[in-house]
Amino acid sequence: MSTATAARPKAPGAPAKKHKLSWPVVLLLIAGALVLFSAVGMATGNHSLTSSGQVTAALSAAVPIGMAGLGGLWSERAGVVNIGLEGMMVAGTFCGAWAGYLVNPWVGLLAGMAGGALGGLLHAVITVTFGVDHIVSGVGINLLIPGICAYVNRIYYKDYVSVGAGQNQSPPADPLPYITVPGLSSGLKDIESHHWFFVSDVAGVLAGLVTNISVVVVLAAALIVVSYFVLWRTVFGLRLRSCGENPTASESLGVNVYKYKYIAVIASGAFAGLGGAYLSLVAAHFYKDGQTLGRGFIGLAAMIFGNWMPGGLAMGAGLFGFTDSLQLRDPGSVHVLLLIVGIAMVLLALWQLYRRKYTAMVISLVIAGGMIAWYSLTDEVQRPLIVATPYVITLVVLSLASQRLRPPKADGQIYRKGQGK
Amino acid sequence: MTSPNPAAKRSLAQRISVERIVLALAAPVLAVVLSVAICSVLLATSGKNPFDAWNVMITYATKSDGQVAILNRSTTYYLAAAAAAFGFRMNLFNIGVEGQYKVAALFAAYIGAQVDLPAFIQIPLLLVTAMLVGGLYASIAGLLKVFRGVSEVISTIMLNAIAIAIVGLLLVPGIFAPKVSGTSNSIQTEPISRSSHFFAIQTDGGPLWGFIFIAVLVGVVFQFVLTRTRFGFDLRATGRSESAATASGVNVKRMIVISMVVSGAIAGLIGMPELLQNSFYYGQTFQPGLGFLGISIALLGRNSPIGMAFSALLFAFLDATGAQLPTQGGFPAEIVSVMEGTIVICVVVAYELVRRYGLTRQQKKVGEQLAAQLAAAEKKEVSA
Amino acid sequence: MRSTRTPGPRSVSRFPPPWPSERNDAPPDHQETAITASDPVPLRKDGTPSAGTATTAVELRGITKRFPGVVANHDINLTVRTGTVHALMGENGAGKSTLMKILYGMQKPDEGTIAINGELCEFNTPGDAIERGIGMVHQHFMLADNLTVLENVVLGGEKIHGIGAKAKAKIKEISDQYGLGVRPDALVEDLGVADRQRVEILKVLYRGAKILILDEPTAVLVPQEVDALFDNLRELKSEGVTVIFISHKLHEVLAVADAISVIRRGTTVGDADPKAVTARQLAEMMVGAELPSPESRASTVTTDEMLDVTDLRIAKTDAEGIERVVLDDISLRIHKGEILGIAGVEGNGQAELVEAIMGMLPLDGGTVTLDGKDLSGTLTRSRREAGIGYIPEDRHKHGLLLEAPLWENRILGHVTEAPNSTGVLLNPSAARVDTQRIVEEFDVRTPGIEVTAASLSGGNQQKLIIGREMSHQPKLLIAAHPTRGVDVGAQAQIWEHIRSAQREGLAVLLISADLDELIGLSDTIRVIYRGRLVADADPATVTAEDLGTAMTGAASGHIESEPEAVAEAHAVAAEGTEAEGTDPSDTADDPQAGE
Repeated sequence: MSTATAARPKAPGAPAKKHKLSWPVVLLLIAGALVLFSAVGMATGNHSLTSSGQVTAALSAAVPIGMAGLGGLWSERAGVVNIGLEGMMVAGTFCGAWAGYLVNPWVGLLAGMAGGALGGLLHAVITVTFGVDHIVSGVGINLLIPGICAYVNRIYYKDYVSVGAGQNQSPPADPLPYITVPGLSSGLKDIESHHWFFVSDVAGVLAGLVTNISVVVVLAAALIVVSYFVLWRTVFGLRLRSCGENPTASESLGVNVYKYKYIAVIASGAFAGLGGAYLSLVAAHFYKDGQTLGRGFIGLAAMIFGNWMPGGLAMGAGLFGFTDSLQLRDPGSVHVLLLIVGIAMVLLALWQLYRRKYTAMVISLVIAGGMIAWYSLTDEVQRPLIVATPYVITLVVLSLASQRLRPPKADGQIYRKGQGK
Repeated sequence: MTSPNPAAKRSLAQRISVERIVLALAAPVLAVVLSVAICSVLLATSGKNPFDAWNVMITYATKSDGQVAILNRSTTYYLAAAAAAFGFRMNLFNIGVEGQYKVAALFAAYIGAQVDLPAFIQIPLLLVTAMLVGGLYASIAGLLKVFRGVSEVISTIMLNAIAIAIVGLLLVPGIFAPKVSGTSNSIQTEPISRSSHFFAIQTDGGPLWGFIFIAVLVGVVFQFVLTRTRFGFDLRATGRSESAATASGVNVKRMIVISMVVSGAIAGLIGMPELLQNSFYYGQTFQPGLGFLGISIALLGRNSPIGMAFSALLFAFLDATGAQLPTQGGFPAEIVSVMEGTIVICVVVAYELVRRYGLTRQQKKVGEQLAAQLAAAEKKEVSA
Repeated sequence: MRSTRTPGPRSVSRFPPPWPSERNDAPPDHQETAITASDPVPLRKDGTPSAGTATTAVELRGITKRFPGVVANHDINLTVRTGTVHALMGENGAGKSTLMKILYGMQKPDEGTIAINGELCEFNTPGDAIERGIGMVHQHFMLADNLTVLENVVLGGEKIHGIGAKAKAKIKEISDQYGLGVRPDALVEDLGVADRQRVEILKVLYRGAKILILDEPTAVLVPQEVDALFDNLRELKSEGVTVIFISHKLHEVLAVADAISVIRRGTTVGDADPKAVTARQLAEMMVGAELPSPESRASTVTTDEMLDVTDLRIAKTDAEGIERVVLDDISLRIHKGEILGIAGVEGNGQAELVEAIMGMLPLDGGTVTLDGKDLSGTLTRSRREAGIGYIPEDRHKHGLLLEAPLWENRILGHVTEAPNSTGVLLNPSAARVDTQRIVEEFDVRTPGIEVTAASLSGGNQQKLIIGREMSHQPKLLIAAHPTRGVDVGAQAQIWEHIRSAQREGLAVLLISADLDELIGLSDTIRVIYRGRLVADADPATVTAEDLGTAMTGAASGHIESEPEAVAEAHAVAAEGTEAEGTDPSDTADDPQAGE
């Protein structure tokens, strides 16, 4: 067959140039960020941002966000938009606390996943089988599941007040174990306390990673890695992703699109449920109404921030977990963060100058100036601003980088078997 | 052959529309019945007699205070539904009604407390303030969609959360709340001035909010704009097929921003009945969740002004009478949320099935009729 | 509608298609027709035409498939012998695609049986068909853009060679064996149409398919690429692969097929031996009755300029920040009463040119002037109000609100104009009355104006659109693929409407992938290639074949075919005309598929 003519007016010889972050670059960026944190910490005398306590808190806060995001990833990779994650998370908190109390917290985790998976199943039935708009179904689920949970909570736990149930909350479940690597943890903390430039900060971060970590955190991290391998390295994953890209093509190759969509959405609910169970078994030891506080939505944001990829999702969850945990820290450290962001923007502006992107440079400089002025003119950052940070970051990322984001091609589209062209 | 006799034509049109009405009503009725059945089972399993519960609810609805409570509630609900529906009609998912009404109510409450003009200026001023703030806040999502291609679903979800932060940031002593707050623990704005109070009709069952007329007006304007104006046609065309609308000359980008702003402006009104007729201040306890409730009501009412009126009444009935459940017989009020949730889920599925059924049915019908016409024409030819 | 052909510059002649065809040199034998009747369906029992063996690869018996309101297939019988290229021919909407979807397990027949290699089978999913060694290359490529070529190829066939290095090696091996030049790691998104088709073929070969279905494979290819494809098919055949080739391009079929089956109105009308049958006989089998033919007419071209497009330029920046020029310095002029045809392989900028003139795409440079009025900066609506009528390429996507009633569709695009509205208010009753008028005047077959547009057939939808666009005194009519997916009867009516528009002094911009339609209707032809107008031609002095060459970018400037070639083309056409009174290539060669 002749290759003489390309029948599309695409510019010939334009190789797809992808700016993909390679591992060395990522590591270099992390190191650079640490140097920055440590320098600012030295200058201001506030080392709490890289303290082990901060890192541990950030990790804990990242787990429910990451799990909700992972749920979103599974579902959207198969082409089903899932804004019902919030509701499925609520199912997870409820079932987790319930089974956690009745049996043990390990079963609680499983029950949370099962509860979320049931929510996922409902979403799959509505969107995949009945072909209802994904957003509409999600809104309905977010209304229904919290309603059911609140109802059962109200009628069921009345009889458990004697064992510690509140008017509106479940009796406490036993805690799940925490992991601290002996020796390593104390050694690193020792180095951290010396406040040596850079070394102490690295030690602080590492100490945070090995001290007092819930097993669920480890499990969640493992699930993200496993998800990557399952979705990108296995036949199952290839088929699942193909359903999110071009279900008609998958169908024509003998892939049972409905089956993969069902599996993906049910798995999605299970992950969200795990995130919920974490909230009611690890973050707290009981269920009460309204525990999720929109974390399902932040999870969705983290997934979009991460460009529908597990690595990016993990980064997004980490970042949002970090801001989430800042709420609980002293206001001073958040204030220092302003200076850090300001300096980072200056560095970014320098990089943009080198790349000759002048408009971007000006924007970065303006933001940097604003941040530094904010830092020097105030003494603390209001709490609501910290709360809003993940959402603002997501909006900014979406509006600045929407060209680079690659959602699955058929995401949110309703697929009917045998109706493709 | 292409112009069948008018009588036959009319009868076809009639048949289709009667069928349509039956189909349109079947879905929501079925959803409600199913939901009642499910909730009865739920109540029964908790050891309560469901019929007692329904009895409590219906009894309350027959009393005049219950009826006023339902009507007052449905005023708010109808506005919430209209806000969501305006976006839905052009396939724009304004999930952000939730955030828009909160921010709008906060600002209106602040202005209402700061300004004291004669009522005929004061009240319009507050309504315009609320609509403006709601519209402006919604416009962020519209502009982001138009200029940056950001899905309005995601951006409005983010904006809902940001709205809570905005309220948290502004509703602090020294900014929107009085410096020395009173005895109450919760932070709230100062009460709005007397002249801001909207009129109410005194009835046996208590005051019926005059805002119900505003809600009706919104519904009438909504219907008129959509079906009788060029703008409405453009909006519906965009909702049905964005690509066809673009090719037909609709400036879709402008339409998106306008609809988003209008939707946000209606959302701005949601908090007004409560603010101008009941609480008279904006505080942390201001009713949340109206945005999502509005979306559900709009879905149940199929985004049509009349349908939404019925569904708003239904939801108001459930919520108002449901509030009586705990006090009269110790039923958990949360059963109402379950009912609402099941109604919404069932109804969206039912509508989708009905829509698909209606479409294929009509295709089939048209095919059959044309075949019949053709056969008749051929017969004529043969005989001629 | 028979007309005696008047040879001459303004006669509208339908040439035989440009495809190089070995069959052309053998004079067709009119007496000994090889068509084996049509009713009841007789299957050829005599020796197979060429490379066939005695075994049967595919045997379909009594296949019937009903959709709401239509019977897509009715009692279809088809026998395909192993190791042959079997062409399945039929008009747009005749039911070819449905039949092949049934054979490929994408749809289940309501009645009838399928036998593969003599064994009765039942296909519930494409997977079942693939297991039986059936592979299908769809007309609309079935590729996931965001996945790599490797992923697209192995999808669904992961058991064969896994999804890793082994699969990649196998792909390279197949690619080299057939010279497909496929890179396994490329993203499909970055590939052109021809490359995508190679990936599709590779996908099928990778599964070791022994029966290959090609659904309108040549629709998107330039003639040269078609030749290459046919070489490939012959190679496949020599290795024992059975090929079912769906087409309605007569000369392509005659060039490559060993056996031909014709489908009309959802049922098989007969088989033909390509060695003995003529294009004209095939065409008649496909269309059934007499073929509509264009009438000769006098030139209506005036010297008054209506549309003036100068230096139009559109560049799109893609995700990687690379600028791709879609339209490059396009200048064209259409006079009152003139039809300007744009020839080109799809995807070379035709769609963008139309959208640029309609104001749907922002310009990076250039001007659009209609009747002396500069429209360059205006929006689509004011351009429509200024007098542009638009028959879009994809009527479902750009021309109709499928779920809205006909009268609302009549308003679409002209909401600001009478009778649809007065001021800012709509006037639904006036719109209804006018819709009824359009339905009658333009012969839209519908039981009423309250039914949804979706319930009409393609031809009637198109007539409604034309009626609507002609109802607002347009000055310029843009007709993009006006007869695509339209049945024969409606096709002739649509051509007539375009001609009458021309007679009324409209300027017409005609975009078509059907070279015969272009040559037949246009007063002037321009060729678009990679976003540039590279060549022009007078339809009277050019053959479709030379036009096809220009469409590949191989020729530029003014195209004028050898007078002998033109004469020969005329003669061939005239022969058909004299013999039968109509011209075969008329409708039968419409290269566009319906669905």
